[in-house]
Amino acid sequence: MASLRDIKTRITSTKKTSQITKAMEMVSASKLNRAETNAKAFVPYMEKIQEVVASIALGSKDVTHPMLVSRPVKKTGYLVITSDRGLAGAYNSSILRLVSNKIKERHSSKDEYVIIAVGRMGRDYFLHRGMNVALDIVGLPDQPSFSDIKDIANKAVSFFSEGMYDELYMYYNHFVSAIQQDVTEKKVLPLTDIATSSSQKLTAYEFEPAAEDIMEVLLPQYAESLIYGALLDGKASEHAARMSAMKTATDNAKELIDTLTLQYNRARQAAITQEITEIVGGVAALE
Amino acid sequence: MKTFKVSIVTPDGPAYESDVEMVSAKAQSGELGILPGHIPMVAPLQVGAVRLNKGAGKPDLVAVSGGFLEVRPDQVTILAQAAETAENIDIARAKEAKSRAESRLSNKQDNVDFKRAELALKRAVNRINVYEGRV
Repeated sequence: MASLRDIKTRITSTKKTSQITKAMEMVSASKLNRAETNAKAFVPYMEKIQEVVASIALGSKDVTHPMLVSRPVKKTGYLVITSDRGLAGAYNSSILRLVSNKIKERHSSKDEYVIIAVGRMGRDYFLHRGMNVALDIVGLPDQPSFSDIKDIANKAVSFFSEGMYDELYMYYNHFVSAIQQDVTEKKVLPLTDIATSSSQKLTAYEFEPAAEDIMEVLLPQYAESLIYGALLDGKASEHAARMSAMKTATDNAKELIDTLTLQYNRARQAAITQEITEIVGGVAALE
Repeated sequence: MKTFKVSIVTPDGPAYESDVEMVSAKAQSGELGILPGHIPMVAPLQVGAVRLNKGAGKPDLVAVSGGFLEVRPDQVTILAQAAETAENIDIARAKEAKSRAESRLSNKQDNVDFKRAELALKRAVNRINVYEGRV
């Protein structure tokens, strides 16, 4: 049995750990709050841009744009959104597992795909396995604003128009609630499912100058905002995942402290009993 | 005079919302003025200032960086990747961005970033102009 002192040390160190995890849990909770507000602020923009894109794409059937057309796929792009830091439960591992499985399923050689990695965990994972990482971005703030990711969204879209890849998938954790985040795969480019997203009555617009020219401006912006939306979603999920991971850690620490305290008290009592027995034994020997 | 609702929306949230009598903006095909009862329309915008006339008093100015304008019978929406009202502009940052873009333009080695620097300069100058009310 461990000595009294050993147990005491373990109790103190577990207590300190639980203080840290508790603090991290609270920090994540407040970050989650802010991330949710950000995601909400983005909704009106997304809805509006979707509405306009849909009404243009559906309203004038003869309008085509390279970003709307599926072409034979020679190379696939994967945009993977992970976090910079760990301690977020299964947040990163579940995404990375899904992406690796998909890649294994779909491709036989390294030349058939490229990866765009957002977040240090994802970048390190793919680089370590020698996969083809075309672009990475690390050190995003916890509450990213549009200007922070404008560059990467811009590049991801222009890679498609330059023909570096012929389709682009996006992987992120979709925020459902504080305790549930779903790993999501979403096809960003080409934009084939615009029509399905809005079923309400569409307005017939005049275009100034022409519908084609507007598509030229609008579609890249739309694709970029899709990426930004996924990023906000991913950030909210990250904070939620970290919060619940830290909550579990705090709970476990509490349980461990309880068990250790019980052990400590037992050991203490055993020591006292032993002492009494020794004294009684000593007195008996004197008589 | 009749008014209509205008909202300027960015990915970071709504930037401006009000009832106005007239909106004028710089579309890619030229300056554009919208009065109540305009037919539904979509037009891409240039980097520039949007003027919102509310009848009496000075018009409100909003700096927008690109984006587009959507007109509906009862409402005008401007969707831009960045938009700031005059009082929300960080003038120090805009001035810094301006000098940075200028220095990048003046040393002509890196041709790749030329376009980007030009755009950055445009945005910075636009912000400064809106801040100072010179539009």
